[in-house]
Amino acid sequence: MSEEGLLTACADAPPSGSEADLFPIRVRGLKNAFGPHVVHENLDLDVRRGEILGVVGGSGTGKSVLMRAIIGLQIPEEGTIEVLGSPITDARDDDDIDIRCRWGILFQGGALFSTLTVAENVEVPLREFYPEISDELRHEIARYKVLLSGLPAEATSKYPSELSGGMKKRAGLARALALDPELLFLDEPTAGLDPIGAAGFDQLIRSLQQTLGLTVFLITHDLDTLYEICDRVAVLADKRVIAVGTIPELIATDHPWITSYFTGPRGRAAKSAAERNGALGTSGDQA
Amino acid sequence: MRATADFIIESGAEGSASLVLTGPLLVSSLGVIDRRLRALEGPFAAIDLSRAGRIDTVGAWTAWSISRRFEAPIIGASPEAERLIAAIRAADDNTAPIAHPQLPILLRVPEHVGIVMTGLGQGMVLVLGFLGQIVLASGVLLRHPRRFRLRALVHQMELMGVNALAIIGLMSFLVGIVIAQQGAVQLRQFGAEIYTVNLVGRLSLRELGILMTAIMVAGRSGSAFAAQLGTMKLTEEIDAMRTIGVSPIEALVIPRLLATMLMMPLLGIYSAVIGIIGGAALSALTLGIPFFTFLARIQEVVPVHDVWVGLIKGPVFGLIVATAGCYQGLQVRSNAEEVGTRTTAAVVMAIFMVIVLDAFFAVFFSEVGWG
Repeated sequence: MSEEGLLTACADAPPSGSEADLFPIRVRGLKNAFGPHVVHENLDLDVRRGEILGVVGGSGTGKSVLMRAIIGLQIPEEGTIEVLGSPITDARDDDDIDIRCRWGILFQGGALFSTLTVAENVEVPLREFYPEISDELRHEIARYKVLLSGLPAEATSKYPSELSGGMKKRAGLARALALDPELLFLDEPTAGLDPIGAAGFDQLIRSLQQTLGLTVFLITHDLDTLYEICDRVAVLADKRVIAVGTIPELIATDHPWITSYFTGPRGRAAKSAAERNGALGTSGDQA
Repeated sequence: MRATADFIIESGAEGSASLVLTGPLLVSSLGVIDRRLRALEGPFAAIDLSRAGRIDTVGAWTAWSISRRFEAPIIGASPEAERLIAAIRAADDNTAPIAHPQLPILLRVPEHVGIVMTGLGQGMVLVLGFLGQIVLASGVLLRHPRRFRLRALVHQMELMGVNALAIIGLMSFLVGIVIAQQGAVQLRQFGAEIYTVNLVGRLSLRELGILMTAIMVAGRSGSAFAAQLGTMKLTEEIDAMRTIGVSPIEALVIPRLLATMLMMPLLGIYSAVIGIIGGAALSALTLGIPFFTFLARIQEVVPVHDVWVGLIKGPVFGLIVATAGCYQGLQVRSNAEEVGTRTTAAVVMAIFMVIVLDAFFAVFFSEVGWG
């Protein structure tokens, strides 16, 4: 199939060393509002290439809204959002060049297509962007992505309703990774998983991020996830990002919410667990 | 223009050949050469990646699957390629892809027919069981009338009854016009145009008013019941209700059922009246029968038992439409597609049953002397 025959062409990577290459996500002066209820105002955020950025904030501070705005599902009132060098705020569904082939998104509940099997779910983005790929190769790709996400091979032919919550998340991750994206958005990946499953999922994200060289935007409430795998953490409060940095840097800011978040009983437990695993030192060194 | 991947076969010393992959080995570039790679015949001494550009997991998978197929080592891989190939190798468990066993078509068709037929049989039993549940729940409500949900009932009556007035009125008016016009054309041949009044009056009150209403309500509300309950089933709302101790039959099914049974005769009479007005309007315009003469004549030629026939059928048709909708909605188990098929099934089942029963009613009422 010719290049011109494709409905949606994948956008090219920005030149290396450029601003867009160093910061795959740049948000400036963002304002989101639902009617009179303002969620974000004057919000700035930069995500560095190759890092795992954790986004935290109290319930209702608009973590998911921020992610939806960055991936173009929520139209902001004001401000600009650039993802991989392309402005999201002016992007339209029928644009010829698409950056959607260069990101992968894991929604909270997995958001798998309920009428398709796990393997077919993974094949959807492949079909959409690369129709020239043969059925055989597409099946193979779907299969190894499912295996990479830590699911057994039998899961490929199962329907989402036959999977447990944790398996749905892994299947959702396999679909998010279908196109070998550079950017991965994760909305509360460990919520609803048992502690062992959550720790396993954290390790999976970390190892995939290192192997595939991903930049990860991760919304979470899970302090263990923050301590174990996040390079930096952005704190949402007062309708904007009040601080970004490593956890020790954040604690040093002395903001009351941040201090109580990280040094409360749960924060302390997660910290000592991370110290035992030696994760905190490495993430601190990288930043 | 996107760079594409390619490959060349280089023959080395002592007749051994190596496969050299060139260009970027990415999901975007490999699709075009995949078929050619699969058609290759070995043997190759090595798979050379030293001239390859950027690589992603699809490239790593391709390189690794070729190397496995020809049992040739991968050479010249960049550290990144090494890392990706190692990850792929670790994840793949070397099991063959799972193929779905499929029967030959000669066996598959009878099997499918058999499944459909047993499904029909079980469906009948399940519908009866569902009706039984409703009767039991009604018994409980009669003993504890305070648990009856009056607000839900009134809300449903508004949704399925009051909100349907406009569309049912318009439809009945037009049907009344069509019957009067067609009837007049035929009756004119005998010089009996005045009998248009009998035709429009009796047909509207006995048959068409209630039948058209039942079909409209099945399409409007029966489908809504099925889709609503089906979605609630998928989102586990119905399970949540059960665990709180609220019976879904009591809280969801009975208000809908009762609302439909109460509103259907009212809508049927309303539809008949509007149909007669439509017929009268047309007669006044084209047949020269004054509007109020037409209405006065209706009183003389339509026996009062025609009104009773329409009214008796109303709650029965309402019961069928609401039961079909609620039953199909509660049968949803797995996914969004099932909500669609169940909604379709609810409407088809309701309209089919309404028409079958209408035929029975026609025979029954003429036998008891209400012809």
